Amino acid sequence: MPQRTMVEALNLALDESMDRDDAVCIMGEDVGINGGVFRVTKGLHEKYGERRVMDTPLAECGIIGTAVGMAINGLKPVTEIQFSGFTMQAFDQIEQNMARLHNRTMGRFPMRMVLRTPYGGGIRAVEHHSESRETYWAHTPGLKVVIPSGPRNARALLAAAIDDPDPVIFYEPKAVYRAFREDVPEERETMPIGTSQVVREGKDLTLISYGAMMRPAREAVEDLVDEHGIDVELIDLLTISPMDSETLCKSVAKTGRCVIVHEGHRTCGIASEIIARINEGAFEYLEAPIKRLTGYDIPFPYFQTEQYFLPDADDIIESVRETMAWE
Amino acid sequence: MDTTPIDLGHIEVLQILDEHAQLDEALDPGYAPEQLLRMHRGLVLTRAFDQRMLTMQRQGEMGTFAPNLGQEACQLGQVIPLTRDDWYSPSYRSFGAQIWRGWSMERLFKLWSGYHEGFPPPPDVNDLPFSIVIGSHVLPAVGVAMGMRYRNEPHCMVVNYGDGASSQGAVSEAMNFAAVNKAPVVFVCENNGWAISTPLGKQSATSNLAVRGIGFGVPTIRVDGNDILAMTTAVEQAANRARNGEGPMLIEAITYRMSLHTTADDPTVYRSQELVDPWEARCPIVRFETYLQRKGILDAEDAERVRAECDAEVIAARDRFRTDAVARPREIFDHIYGELPAELEAQKQAYLDRLDRKGVE
Ligand SMILES: Cc1ncc(C[n+]2csc(CCOP(=O)(O)OP(=O)(O)O)c2C)c(N)n1
Ligand SMILES: [Mg+2]
Repeated sequence: MPQRTMVEALNLALDESMDRDDAVCIMGEDVGINGGVFRVTKGLHEKYGERRVMDTPLAECGIIGTAVGMAINGLKPVTEIQFSGFTMQAFDQIEQNMARLHNRTMGRFPMRMVLRTPYGGGIRAVEHHSESRETYWAHTPGLKVVIPSGPRNARALLAAAIDDPDPVIFYEPKAVYRAFREDVPEERETMPIGTSQVVREGKDLTLISYGAMMRPAREAVEDLVDEHGIDVELIDLLTISPMDSETLCKSVAKTGRCVIVHEGHRTCGIASEIIARINEGAFEYLEAPIKRLTGYDIPFPYFQTEQYFLPDADDIIESVRETMAWE
Repeated sequence: MDTTPIDLGHIEVLQILDEHAQLDEALDPGYAPEQLLRMHRGLVLTRAFDQRMLTMQRQGEMGTFAPNLGQEACQLGQVIPLTRDDWYSPSYRSFGAQIWRGWSMERLFKLWSGYHEGFPPPPDVNDLPFSIVIGSHVLPAVGVAMGMRYRNEPHCMVVNYGDGASSQGAVSEAMNFAAVNKAPVVFVCENNGWAISTPLGKQSATSNLAVRGIGFGVPTIRVDGNDILAMTTAVEQAANRARNGEGPMLIEAITYRMSLHTTADDPTVYRSQELVDPWEARCPIVRFETYLQRKGILDAEDAERVRAECDAEVIAARDRFRTDAVARPREIFDHIYGELPAELEAQKQAYLDRLDRKGVE
């Protein structure tokens, strides 16, 4: 199986989807000849031409608003917002139209469209280039929110997002873009949206994370298992909304303990929602309070201090051990 | 009138020093030699700073930044006519203008290497922080100008944005607000032909961004941005109109991004060198130096000396930056609110304890 980075894997998914279906088109800033600032659309302009790979004017609200119109027309636009910090410019069109047209028109105009965008910290970027504000979109009825963690699931989930009958916000962990390679099969592969994955089974504690934070989480699990004898069950959320409560609650019902890790802010963060769901679905099995390890409620710091904002493997190990020690 | 749509046709470009450094005598702003030499030094310093930043970035000492090679006259020309009571709202590419306005080079080094204390405008400089989110600073800049009108202050705001930024809805809103409120603001659209890989031709169906003002009732002028005399003349005129209560003006300054979009960019992917070459001959610094030499107030030796002095000044600032710049992880909670809410105080405490456990000073 060929080894690919996440950037290459995403590129593969786009290529396959465009090859299969002329309705799939790409819109965004610098996605054409430049292949996107992270090169996710590299080569597609050459292969499919300007008709299907559209460099847009510099206006995110314009990109999403016109993509909504293209979707009304039956196309399946895959838009790229250069950094997730600039989805804020498009908030208007996401909220007013992308998320609601299906409901407003009672299904007459399905919104088959994807908003792809890199999110998260760890690349020493300037302000507005490191945010994790997935909560906004999880909070917006009508949207699906997907966050892959590695090349293989990124490819499979993006293919599924493009096929999905509903609008999908697809957050790409830019810290993972070129961080490692992974086997990604040649033949097309998809994964169901709305399903989380147990990536390691364990019986002592459930550790839940997603996106870029899956890397320190995996690192911590290795240490916890080997050095501390704690048998951790690790879950990769993959879809933030609609949330796979069943997988989460089933796991916690088994382990009785849970730690959640994400880089997004704490207040109304995704962990808050997970805790509520476990409360509703597995309260009687809990042996310790659920712990969340999150970004703080402050703007993402300037990059000389960003590493202190992000949870790391040591923090995760500590949180897991504290939760294990609770009686 | 018949049914033919209106055609605004060709709009001429103001030029005072042409590409061969020939002066249009009728338009000579008549600056004193000392002022001309100050302007020259400003241009040279801007380039010296830009080149040093690039070296430092390539050596890993600087984060990603946007070089301004070739845009020096355009940038300085926007701020030279301003007083300290006037305001300026820069873009991320406006170092030269920021230095002219009184930002220390150390501060700018800190800003671009990720130290928080590089971001605030110096206390005695009426500038907004530069904007990273394209076009998002233009409405607040208009608001500052509306405040001047509200208080009857005879000052103005100059706001800079790019050809790419002109596509943002917020920039059109800003022009409309300014026009309706007769806000004392000068919009400088610094048209350098590119927004990352997107050439002007894909950004806009008209190659003439000056016409954008007309639709909002904002008087407009197109200026050769590589001609520092044309820039200062146009900005001076617009600033005076604004200060006199005559409302906003738009200046489209035509220049060229000679270098990278940012240090993370590789222009060879999307533009050929043949597009860039003709602009070498339009170098704003060479043009101005040729003029000053012909005028007899600067000779080749002077020019060399100024270059050496500017280089030394930049290096001295870099050395101060190297000793001054310290990351302050313990302060990341300290500037979020005027008064830190108790809940956040608790988060801060937990964070400081965490730093202690990690052994971070
Ligand atoms: C709202 C927003 N969208 C996208 C970007 C990414 N980006 C940074 S600079 C740039 C191009 C800006 O072009 P222009 O306005 O012409 O200014 P220039 O870089 O040429 O000085 C883009 C797309 C951004 N910073 N903000
Ligand atoms: Mg530009």
